[in-house]
Parts: sequence; structure tokens; C-alpha cells
Amino acid sequence: MLEGKRLLITGILTDGSIAWHTARVAQEEGAEVVLTGFGRAISLTKRSAKRLPTAADVLELDINDPVHMDALVQELGSRWGGLDGALHAIAFAPEDALGGRFLETPAESASIAFLTSAFSYKTLAVGLRPLFKEAGGGALVGLDFDNSLAWPVYDWMGVSKSALESVNRYLARYLGGENIRSNLVAAGPLSTVAAKSIPGFEQLDGLWEIRAPLGWDSSNPEPVAKMACVLLSDFALSTSGEIVHVDGGFHAVAAGITEGL
Amino acid sequence: MERAEIESKLKELLVDELGLDGDKIKSDARFEEDLEVDSLGVVELLMALEDNFGVQIPDEEAESIGTVGEAVDLVVAKLGG
Ligand SMILES: NC(=O)c1ccc[n+]([C@@H]2O[C@H](COP(=O)([O-])OP(=O)(O)OC[C@H]3O[C@@H](n4cnc5c(N)ncnc54)[C@H](O)[C@@H]3O)[C@@H](O)[C@H]2O)c1
Repeated sequence: MLEGKRLLITGILTDGSIAWHTARVAQEEGAEVVLTGFGRAISLTKRSAKRLPTAADVLELDINDPVHMDALVQELGSRWGGLDGALHAIAFAPEDALGGRFLETPAESASIAFLTSAFSYKTLAVGLRPLFKEAGGGALVGLDFDNSLAWPVYDWMGVSKSALESVNRYLARYLGGENIRSNLVAAGPLSTVAAKSIPGFEQLDGLWEIRAPLGWDSSNPEPVAKMACVLLSDFALSTSGEIVHVDGGFHAVAAGITEGL
Repeated sequence: MERAEIESKLKELLVDELGLDGDKIKSDARFEEDLEVDSLGVVELLMALEDNFGVQIPDEEAESIGTVGEAVDLVVAKLGG
């Protein structure tokens, strides 16, 4: 499905990261991948990179650092000439922006969440734009947690996801003319490092067990990874500005399937 | 692998791969409090154990590791020592 595609995959910490599984499936489908790692945790990313079917190179990228972005684009340019697709799997919110203290969160913390989790999708898109141009177009995929309604504990991360959904539509609008597509996969809860750092995240997990018509396994990111690969592939050539739910059908129903709910 | 061998290999890994201070690595040293390993550091420690000893450590078992000695215990148990 991805034979000959050159993909940039951000957001891998461990081999439990959604992005790690996306890189794995992409390689299995024939893609070449380069990864990015962030800050001190880049050593973790490098470790995880060796666990892929084919060990992948890791370049440094703090999405909020333009110097990293320039170096990354140069490196990819000299390596590949162009780029066919990229996965944005980047999110961060300070501790006081999550976990039920919504009403007390200071503006700075909410802004940091927005900058790293939503605005950063635009940053990645604009940074990679010249490489997509060389390739005659490209596919961007980001990872969403559907925030159409308010959740427990998700707080300003949730607000940032609503912003990301909107950024996705604007990218589709502004980059469509260059044959660059932008889409999101809205995933159900997965017990990754990021998720485990949200106090009370288990609550969401419990909800899915009761309500998702297809059931939901929060320890298995593969269904999400596979959809991300579909959107990165030529099987989604006329799809842009879209949000595809990979959540066991949760978003479509208003109450649980289990008796009494 | 003998316990002593596991112990010295673990110490080597903590110094070389995780950059910890070799002088502080004692059997009863706690990773978070005494060795100043943060939560991401703990995740890396677990991956390093898996890579170096060829074992698999699921989350539930990882929770039993608080000190250097407990990490050795877990690896010893995993390797059937
Ligand atoms: N786990 C879930 O339940 C879930 C559900 C829906 C969507 N998502 C989204 O999936 C994406 C990946 O998260 P994950 O759950 O795999 O967890 P993860 O912890 O493995 O990934 C989060 C990544 O963000 C990166 N990151 C943070 N700040 C950065 C910065 N300034 N520059 C570059 N990278 C930075 C981290 O290095 C890490 O790799 C996130 O956008 C997350 O919100 C997760």
C-alpha cells in the first residue's frame, strides 16, 4: 500500500507509541521511514527505532524550535529530495492544564498546550511544504481525540484537540492547491506514555469498554496505525480536511450496549 | 547467568546507557528518590533491561521495581535463576 513512499514519523517514545505502530505498519507496507525525537527522550526514540522491522534513523525535532525544523528539512532534502507524507503525533499539556483543574488553569499553561498540540500541526505542515512540493504533493496525518463534547480530566488538552481539528480543516484549505492533503485519525483511548501521564485517564478507558459497539482494546494501537497508513497512502487521494474515527464506533452511539446503561 | 553477573551487567548499563552516577548505585538505592530517575527515565530503564537481557517486562511487573536490587531480582526471576 505504501510501496516507494518516503515518510516522516514524529512522536515515537516507546514501542507502545501510536507513532511506533504507524512506522511499523508503514514499513511492512513498503514505505521508507525517518523518525524524529524530542529533547532528552531522543535516546528512548532511538531505542524504539531499533525495534522496528527495519531500524530507522532518528533526527532531532522540538516542533517549537525553528532551528531543528530547518536542519530536518535540509537533511530530508539531501537524503530523499522530496517527501510523500508525514505523521504528526505530538501533544503536550502542562500538569495544571489536565486532570480536573480546568477552572484554575493559568493562561500560560493553556497556551503551551495549544502551541505544542495544535499550532504545531501547522508548523510541521509549513516546514515540510518545500519537500512535498518536490514530490508533487503529500499527505499529512495527525492524531486526534474527539473533543466535540467535554470529557472528564482531558481539560485544556481537549480544548487543544478541538483546535487541532480546526487547524486540520484550514491546512486542507490552504494546501489543497499544492496537492497536499491533511487528515486526522480520532483514536479511542490507548495506554501510551502520554495517556498514562494524564491523571484519571482510566476513567475514559472504562467508558469505552461499556460503550464502543465493536469493543475496544486500549493496549493495541494497531487499528489506529493502520488507518493512519491508509490516509498516508494513495488509497485516500481525494480525502482532505477529514477526521476518521478509529474508536470501536464509540462516537456514533449515545449509550452503552451493556444492560442498564 | 549468575546473580552477580546480572548485577554487574545492570550496573554497567545504568552508568553507560542511562548516565547514572556509578558511586550511588547500591542495591537499596531507589531509582526515583536516590538516583533521580524521572518517569521517562524509568521507561528507558525498562527498555534497556529488555534490550540487554532479552526479557519482556509488562507494565504490571514493572511496578515492582523501585530499587536497583528489585531490578536485579526481576531479571533473575525472568531468566529463571
Ligand atoms: N493515547 C491516547 O489515548 C490517544 C488518543 C487519541 C489521540 N492521541 C494522540 O496521539 C498522539 C501520540 O500520542 P501517544 O498516545 O502515542 O503518546 P506518546 O507519549 O508516545 O507520544 C507523544 C509524543 O509527543 C512528543 N512531543 C511532545 N512535545 C514535543 C515537542 N515540543 N516537539 C516534538 N515532539 C514532542 C513526545 O516526544 C512523544 O513522542 C498525540 O497527539 C496524542 O494526543 C492519543
